Amino acid sequence: MQRIKQTAIRIYGWLELRLQLEGPVKDAALHPVPRNTASWWYVFGSAAFTLLFLQIFTGILLALVYVPSAGEAWNSLNILNHQIPLGWFLRAMHGWGSNFMVAIVLIHMAQVFLFGAYKFPRELTWILGVFLLLMTLGMAFTGQVLRFDQDAYWGLGIGASIMSRVPFIGGGLVHLLLGGPIISGPTLSRFFALHVFVIPGTLLLFVFLHVWMVLKLGINEWPMPGRLVQRSTYIQEYHQLAHEDGIPFVPGAFWKDLIFSGAVLAAVAVCAFVFGPFGPGGQPDPSIIQTVPKPDFFFLWIYTVLSYLPPAMETPFILIVPLLGIAFLLALPFWAAEGEKSWHRRPVALLAVSTIAVCWGVLTHLGATTPWSPHMSAWSSDPIPVRYLQSATPLVRQGAAVFQAKQCRNCHSIGGAGGERGPALDEVATTMTIDQLRFKVVTGGGNMPAYGKNLSPAEIEAVVRFLETLHPANEPPAYDASRRAVETSQAVDRAPKPANRNAAP
Amino acid sequence: MSYVGQPPGKPAEQTVSASGAVLAESHAGAHTISRRWLLFNAGIALNGIVGVVLAVPVVRYLLAPWKKDSSYDSWVSLGATDAFPVGDTRLAFYKNPSSNPWDGQTDNVACYVRRESSDQFRVFAVNCAHLGCPVRWFPQSQLFMCPCHGGVYYADGSRASGPPERGLFTYSWKIASGQLQIDAGQMPTLSNTAKLVKISIGHGDCSCSG
Repeated sequence: MQRIKQTAIRIYGWLELRLQLEGPVKDAALHPVPRNTASWWYVFGSAAFTLLFLQIFTGILLALVYVPSAGEAWNSLNILNHQIPLGWFLRAMHGWGSNFMVAIVLIHMAQVFLFGAYKFPRELTWILGVFLLLMTLGMAFTGQVLRFDQDAYWGLGIGASIMSRVPFIGGGLVHLLLGGPIISGPTLSRFFALHVFVIPGTLLLFVFLHVWMVLKLGINEWPMPGRLVQRSTYIQEYHQLAHEDGIPFVPGAFWKDLIFSGAVLAAVAVCAFVFGPFGPGGQPDPSIIQTVPKPDFFFLWIYTVLSYLPPAMETPFILIVPLLGIAFLLALPFWAAEGEKSWHRRPVALLAVSTIAVCWGVLTHLGATTPWSPHMSAWSSDPIPVRYLQSATPLVRQGAAVFQAKQCRNCHSIGGAGGERGPALDEVATTMTIDQLRFKVVTGGGNMPAYGKNLSPAEIEAVVRFLETLHPANEPPAYDASRRAVETSQAVDRAPKPANRNAAP
Repeated sequence: MSYVGQPPGKPAEQTVSASGAVLAESHAGAHTISRRWLLFNAGIALNGIVGVVLAVPVVRYLLAPWKKDSSYDSWVSLGATDAFPVGDTRLAFYKNPSSNPWDGQTDNVACYVRRESSDQFRVFAVNCAHLGCPVRWFPQSQLFMCPCHGGVYYADGSRASGPPERGLFTYSWKIASGQLQIDAGQMPTLSNTAKLVKISIGHGDCSCSG
């Protein structure tokens, strides 16, 4: 036992004489950090670091089998899922790892922002962090494409369409993105090169610099209300804090990083085991039209925004807003480099983060349920509920048949089944008179197409008569007051006249 | 960069001894010209020139796909005109003319062919004019519907509702020896439209034509 220990020490000594890493490593591990930075709020950066290496490791393992060829990628993914032992688990780890990565990176960014860690002298750390965020999203997008199925294929088309909106050079940029005129072999190859070589290389460089600066400048101290950051005094104050009230980073603060990183890895593994890998979905064949492409969860908010933007605002919004957002993030440490760090004294910051978080959550939820999408098969699935037709005249029944056959149900629901793009029509007769219904069906308006050309006059009459019956039993349908006056006077004209007393018997 | 001390271009005449040269360098710093610094700068210049020369083919390689749309397009056949009844809109398929051997199924491109009369066709791309998702044709209601963001188009391709800013993209077509052909190859986007179509936000005609 002693001999083994001696040998180990000698080997270590041999390596250390040549590598001379012991000094820097010890410095990094044992450097003093302010006591209250040993907090659970500070673990997200290291968790992101851990996930990065998990992704690199699982990615390399996947690359041993995955074929980045447009013709074979889908097949190789299915072989990974079904034929390689635990290939499904590896794919699941990589997919869930990426979901966790985006979430942890966003949480880390929010925490750093709320703790004022972008202020002097950590402005460059923040700026590199913004680029790291963009690169993480770039990895998420390129990774999604490499899972080359229908969602990836049409998602690429959406990316190309967004690129095409850049003025003047849009067409050329589309060609660069796709590596040609259409989504094909060269497209997947360049996304593979981006996802495996270009972005990870840049990521590793930026991560190294980011962590280097955290070590050199020290971790952000716990923000105290009233303790202002000032360029002239900060470095001295921080040095004092770290050395007089400091604890060694390892093990003082690092144990929390270790535990959280371990927990995150375990969580990824549990999700991978329980939920399995993502897809691949249908074959990436553009001639398969019956498909509803959707992005991964972290892009659902963009999906929602692009659905709700009015057409005229679409291009300016897509081109300008992301640039403004990124410019703001990059400029933040320069116009807010000094001052209060604590969120107790920064209401605007707190409000901004909560508003963005709520908006992001709502947009993501909407993107998951997609109420704006017509339900493509609603017109041929659920029948009209029987209770609506029980005492219906033949014309009303015919109207119900027209309603069903003309895909109205794709956008409008009746009896709880149908699309959500337009309003539910169960009580439409209480809000629209029969003339308004006729007008609406014929001319459309808002987000409804005009059906005047697609329905014959008889069909229009029938469907309107059917819609007129859609009201609760105890409520009469909407009625135009002027029609009532006309019909009353017509009734008076038609009523039998009282006998003329002066007439001859 | 200005030099003080010995004039350039005469390294052979430096008679200073090795230690003296080191002393001279350490006293005068990097501003003293010496053979070493001259050769060093020559090395940087050589690498710069080689780099610039190498950059030309590299940049050309990277920008190779950046071409005019028409250089990717050519005429492809969609089949005999008899396959498209008058008044109908049918899905047709073709193999993209700009293709690579390893493209797999991505070369199977679809398009909608609407035969308006015996000699008039309109061929639409399946890509929605909003962001490119595949639209679906419903013959009963004579509408194209897009599943992604809810864009809807009329039978003639004009925009009916939703986020699209224009009507469906169309291809130039011609009839050659009984076959319907289209000028295709480029995926249509707002910047690479197959053919210019007037932007129309139609509401359809009233059915009371009489």
